[in-house]
Amino acid sequence: MAPSTIDVPGAPPKPDLTREMVRVESVTKQFDLRHNHSLKELAFAALQRKKLKDEFTALNGVDLTVHAGETVGLIGFNGSGKSTLLKTISGVLFPDEGRVMLRGRVAGLIEVGAGFHPDLSGRENVYLNGAILGMTRSQIDDRFQDIVDFSEIEEFIDTDVKYYSSGMFLRLAFAVAVHTDPDIFLVDEILSVGDEPFQKKCIKRIRELQVAGRTMIVVSHELAMLQKLCSRIVVLEHGKIIYDGDPRTAVARLRATAA
Amino acid sequence: MSAGAAAPSIGRLSKAEKAQGWRTPGQDHGWLNPLYERFLLHLLVKKELRVRYRGSVLGMAWSYVKPAVQFLVFFLALGVFLQLNKGMPAYAVYLFSGIVVANLFGEVFGNCTRSITGNQALVSKIYLPSELFPWSSMIVALIHFLPQVLVLTIGALLYGWIPSPTAAIAFFLGMVILLLLSMGLGMIGAALNAAYRDIENFVDLITMVAMWITPIMYKITMVKDALQDSIWWWLYSLNPLAIVVELFHVAFWRYGPEVVEAVEVDKDLSLVPPLGPLSNGPFGYWWVGLLTSAIVFAIGTLVFERTKRRFAQEL
Repeated sequence: MAPSTIDVPGAPPKPDLTREMVRVESVTKQFDLRHNHSLKELAFAALQRKKLKDEFTALNGVDLTVHAGETVGLIGFNGSGKSTLLKTISGVLFPDEGRVMLRGRVAGLIEVGAGFHPDLSGRENVYLNGAILGMTRSQIDDRFQDIVDFSEIEEFIDTDVKYYSSGMFLRLAFAVAVHTDPDIFLVDEILSVGDEPFQKKCIKRIRELQVAGRTMIVVSHELAMLQKLCSRIVVLEHGKIIYDGDPRTAVARLRATAA
Repeated sequence: MSAGAAAPSIGRLSKAEKAQGWRTPGQDHGWLNPLYERFLLHLLVKKELRVRYRGSVLGMAWSYVKPAVQFLVFFLALGVFLQLNKGMPAYAVYLFSGIVVANLFGEVFGNCTRSITGNQALVSKIYLPSELFPWSSMIVALIHFLPQVLVLTIGALLYGWIPSPTAAIAFFLGMVILLLLSMGLGMIGAALNAAYRDIENFVDLITMVAMWITPIMYKITMVKDALQDSIWWWLYSLNPLAIVVELFHVAFWRYGPEVVEAVEVDKDLSLVPPLGPLSNGPFGYWWVGLLTSAIVFAIGTLVFERTKRRFAQEL
């Protein structure tokens, strides 16, 4: 991924350190890397006493506390456990050990457009995704026009999403996401959405959410952008937190491990 | 299967913490989710219907065509060629009221089983109450069931059948037992299918067997004659699906004029042969069916709730 050239204006606002929104307590998550999903394999493996699965520790005793209004970046190399941590916080995955606690409503954007269905129109997808991200019918009705305006694809809103270009698709998905208005916002690699003007718009919107006191946890490989966007960055390596604090130092730390 | 089901202590919050507004991710209403998330459920049903009939000219009309052809073929082969039609008044109604039961059972069971794997993109990436998937499959199956019941009712009316309270009660009991049973099995199927894809093929096999192992095409008295009073006869007649089929016969067939007349002459035709003191009355062993299917539903819910936490990582 090319380093972003997008300028991130302003600085993240000061968080309210007296109120904790997310607390991750010594969370460990292991995956069985099963090689096959069939009973036949299972039976043969049992007969041959062969090992059917490998275990992989994605998170290893992770502790993390996020305060109201904080924007915490999660960085690390592929397989370091960033996405797993985000999924554990959102409730998609459950920890094997430890626990996760939350306050308020969470919207997890593990992948932009994950809830979109190609055979539904843009409008239907807005409703489906809004509901999946926890909005009620009247909330979606109210914000529908804002969502469409933000995505700038008004004229295609009743077209099936399968005919959208990938840019249009991502715009609409992101537009729905940023209009869900949760207390805690979990974002995985969505800042690389669309063309430059749209990216700027997204950043601006995220800044607005920050100013409004929303809590965010963001995973990205775009270190330069993340450094400016976040009030704090956590560096993960092999499922462990190796640094937690100042964004600049965190990015330097990750770059140092690469060298 | 649920070897990794979390011990109860993991992830639990204390009362004091809950009072401070803390909750755990994915904490929701459990098996009652479909009642609380009606809007989302509605959208998922809409999605499933749209997706199923994408690019299809006939669209929903397929839910008429399929059972119609199925009925015609069975009627021709069994009623005409095998001459079951002769010994049996209103055999067409008899046959079709059984077929719709088997169809609904197969569709709910099969669709529920595939509901988690079929919504992989959602299950593994976004948190939403996973109970909604089997439930939306069940509702979609009911929407397909509606035209079949309509056709069945019209058919029965053509044979001079008149709706009665007995028919309504039998239909209602049959539906409750059938839905509890197929949802319970469907949730077990969905949970297992997330781990082992063999299950969906196995379920297809079961629904195929169910079609033949219930008194849909033949009279239940034929089975009694063949099995006598053995344990097999009891297993056969007390299996909830057979009970549902018999209830549907009572609802749509048994009290049609042709049948009532024929029963006067040949007691053998009267359904639900007196199995014992507890099965007198028109509804036979309905309470056995209700009890069994309620237990199956409870087990299904339990299995689903216990395994749902692992769905995202098993897909």
